[in-house]
Amino acid sequence: MTSPAVNRREFAAGFGAIVIAFSLDPKLARGQERLPGSLENNRRLDAWIRINADGSATIFTGKVELGQGILTALAQIAAEELDLPLSRIEMISGDTGRTPNEGHTDGSRSIENSGTALRIAAAEVRAILIDLAAKRLGATADQLTLAEGIVTAPGGRKLGYGELAAAVDLRREATAKVEPKTASKYKIVGKSVQRLDIPAKVSGGATYVHDIRLPGMLHGRVVRPPRYGAKLETINEAAVRTMPGVVAVVRDGSFVGVIAGREEQAIKARAALSGDSRWSGGTELPDTGKVYEQLLSLRTVDTVASEKRASARPSGARVVEATYRKPYLAHASMGPSCALAEFRDGSLTIWSHTQGVFPLRQDLARSLQIDPAQIRCIFAEGAGCYGRNGHDDVALDAALLARAVPGRPVRVQWMRDDEFAWEPYGSAMVMKAQGAVADGRIVDWSYELWSGPHGVRPGAPDGSNLFASWSLAQPQKRPLARNIPLPAGGSDRNAIPGYELPNHKIINHFIPEMPVWVSSLRTLGAYANVFAVESFMDELASAAGADPVSFRLAHLSDPRARAVIEAVAKKVGWKNSKTSDGVRGRGIGFARYKNLASYVAVVAEVEVDRDSGKIHVPRATAAVDAGLIVNPDGLTNQIEGGIIQSVSWTLKEEVRFDQGGVLARDWQSYPILTMPEAPIVDVELINRPNERSLGAGEASLGPAAAAVVNAVAKATGRRIRDLPLTPARVKASLR
Amino acid sequence: MAINLKVNGASRSVPAEPDTPLIYVLRNDLELNGAKFGCGLAQCGACTVLVDGKAVRSCVTPISTVTTSEITTIESLGSLEKPHALQRAFIEEQAAQCGYCINGMIMSAKELLDRNPRPTEQDVRAALAGNLCRCGTHNRIVRAVLRAAQASGRTRT
Repeated sequence: MTSPAVNRREFAAGFGAIVIAFSLDPKLARGQERLPGSLENNRRLDAWIRINADGSATIFTGKVELGQGILTALAQIAAEELDLPLSRIEMISGDTGRTPNEGHTDGSRSIENSGTALRIAAAEVRAILIDLAAKRLGATADQLTLAEGIVTAPGGRKLGYGELAAAVDLRREATAKVEPKTASKYKIVGKSVQRLDIPAKVSGGATYVHDIRLPGMLHGRVVRPPRYGAKLETINEAAVRTMPGVVAVVRDGSFVGVIAGREEQAIKARAALSGDSRWSGGTELPDTGKVYEQLLSLRTVDTVASEKRASARPSGARVVEATYRKPYLAHASMGPSCALAEFRDGSLTIWSHTQGVFPLRQDLARSLQIDPAQIRCIFAEGAGCYGRNGHDDVALDAALLARAVPGRPVRVQWMRDDEFAWEPYGSAMVMKAQGAVADGRIVDWSYELWSGPHGVRPGAPDGSNLFASWSLAQPQKRPLARNIPLPAGGSDRNAIPGYELPNHKIINHFIPEMPVWVSSLRTLGAYANVFAVESFMDELASAAGADPVSFRLAHLSDPRARAVIEAVAKKVGWKNSKTSDGVRGRGIGFARYKNLASYVAVVAEVEVDRDSGKIHVPRATAAVDAGLIVNPDGLTNQIEGGIIQSVSWTLKEEVRFDQGGVLARDWQSYPILTMPEAPIVDVELINRPNERSLGAGEASLGPAAAAVVNAVAKATGRRIRDLPLTPARVKASLR
Repeated sequence: MAINLKVNGASRSVPAEPDTPLIYVLRNDLELNGAKFGCGLAQCGACTVLVDGKAVRSCVTPISTVTTSEITTIESLGSLEKPHALQRAFIEEQAAQCGYCINGMIMSAKELLDRNPRPTEQDVRAALAGNLCRCGTHNRIVRAVLRAAQASGRTRT
């Protein structure tokens, strides 16, 4: 099977700027029928599927591999409906010249959107192939059998997809009238198949954008300002130009970078350029201690996310109040962002690990003031990004440098400090909760949150969301940040608890303009909201004298929500213990991601070192309902990874500032969980083959955070409401 | 100027300055993708290669210091067709998400298994303490190393 990783031939194909003739963005006529998933905006079958003369199928998807295993799962869906072995599926993904436009690969939506489109389109293509075979074989479609791409007539005569390939015409709109298989017929979907991308990743195969080498390629590096918005006054271009290997110093407004023949020469030139540059102005950042004070002082756009008032608060109810805080978090990708760019004959080709090749193309076109039709964006994998990190910004950096050397490809990789200091962070957030309990029930719940925007990505209706574009000689406008609307929500994602709360009010104080560059980090607001909501559930349970598991179940009617909580409680042998030894504790966290995707409940065990304040999480156990599971091991891997990443965020992570700038520059100033510190993770999957698949990639982080925090509260009897749970905070809580 | 290195058993001459970190020569001159640039500070381990059997961070190793050494990269361990026990075990355990750290994990594990063929789980975690993973694949990586140790043990006996 062809690896979905972009190979050298495909890299080279970029030069020709091949434009495939099918319409990628058809104008939707009024009165057209709605089509499922991403078929709605990419309606033609040939946008998704090609049957090849060798009997294999090529699948085109706009969703991209971020390390979450999505291409394998999508290949499974296509193979299943086409009745082809997985080894005869080739995946092409994320290429403005070749694939459907599915926006960004984000929000745990790929199985729901691209998977649904592929399931429906492949079922229809299979029916078209069978009809064609029936005509050729002189039989009716229902007389034929189909297995592994071979159609067989009653007399034993056979036709392979390869023999039908030349005659099959997929240049037509999907009708969505062909029923896909029922789950009971599945042979490939629902099986833990090995991921297609892993063999190359363990053997030094060319897998990542970082590994692309083009003929005549040069190496670029950029010099960032000392503070957001600082203006470049002077640089010592002349001295740098004479350094070994330097080809060009590129300056456009306050953007500055260097191109050299060898990578280490570009790195030395960057250091020299950086040391010799003078900047003025820019935004002063708050001291770490004043981050929340500042957050609460900013202009907000206030909305009521949900409100219900069925009854007055009974007298005698116990009232509880709490304020929770979550710091700025970094994506902290293992591989600094990287892109390649080449201008040739007025056209630009970009190789990028962006989450959205089409939106990136739009913002590049605006920033460079060229026609989007002159730009081809080709996705190639990066290191895990966990949201919108520097991947889009480095693409513009590479394009700005490549523009100075037409005909020569330029590879730009950020240095580690670029990555930490210049990625857009996940916003700091403050959550204030007030609730009341009477007779073991929550009788009132009010909740307010303050947060910056989360979905700040390319593809906005106006302006550009690429960092360097704001400081060019002809700067781009920074688009007005808007909250992602409910029910998925952005800053208010999972702010509305899934519990039955007859009296509640949830207010979102959305902060459109932030002093710190922020965008989408895995889960958006859900990590902070689930941390706060689930911490508060435990605080209310405690006020009600109830067990946390029973208390949650008492407020939940959705049987699937109850089922994951019951499953995880059973798996760990949950017992309501009123006492603790001051060291060990167990806590639970639950959420249905976005209130519409996967259900996840996590129980974490903690051990608190009361002398050092250090928390160890030896084990976390999860139960997950993601509807129909496509690749069980792939799902487990995502849930495990989410839990460990969340434990890292929750125990260790915070982007710190002082007035000089961002203090996170490397792995010492921004430590993450290490191998000896990682918990053992047990995952129980609840498969529901007759329910639609639900997004799961981001679903475990919120519940895992809450489980850890609740476990610490259980162990020590003291609740910590500020993240991360650093040793200093733990020790302070024990005083 | 040219400097001679011995990489994966072959003598190679590279046109780089003596202070050039080994990683750039491996990736750009010798076109070996295995070693990954993660930090350039010896903090994350993504660039790990073996120098005379010892796991070193190629991002902070000037080539002038390894001119007489045997340099081994993941490419020489095995191939897609004939994977090394560690590579096979990482595939069997599906021990990767994004996979960017995996080169370093495997090379650090190679050094561990060469000196301690029967490590405990704690030995593995300690040996990989300087290799960071951001995806949260830690436990699968540990299981893969233990599986490779077992598989190699079976081959030897």
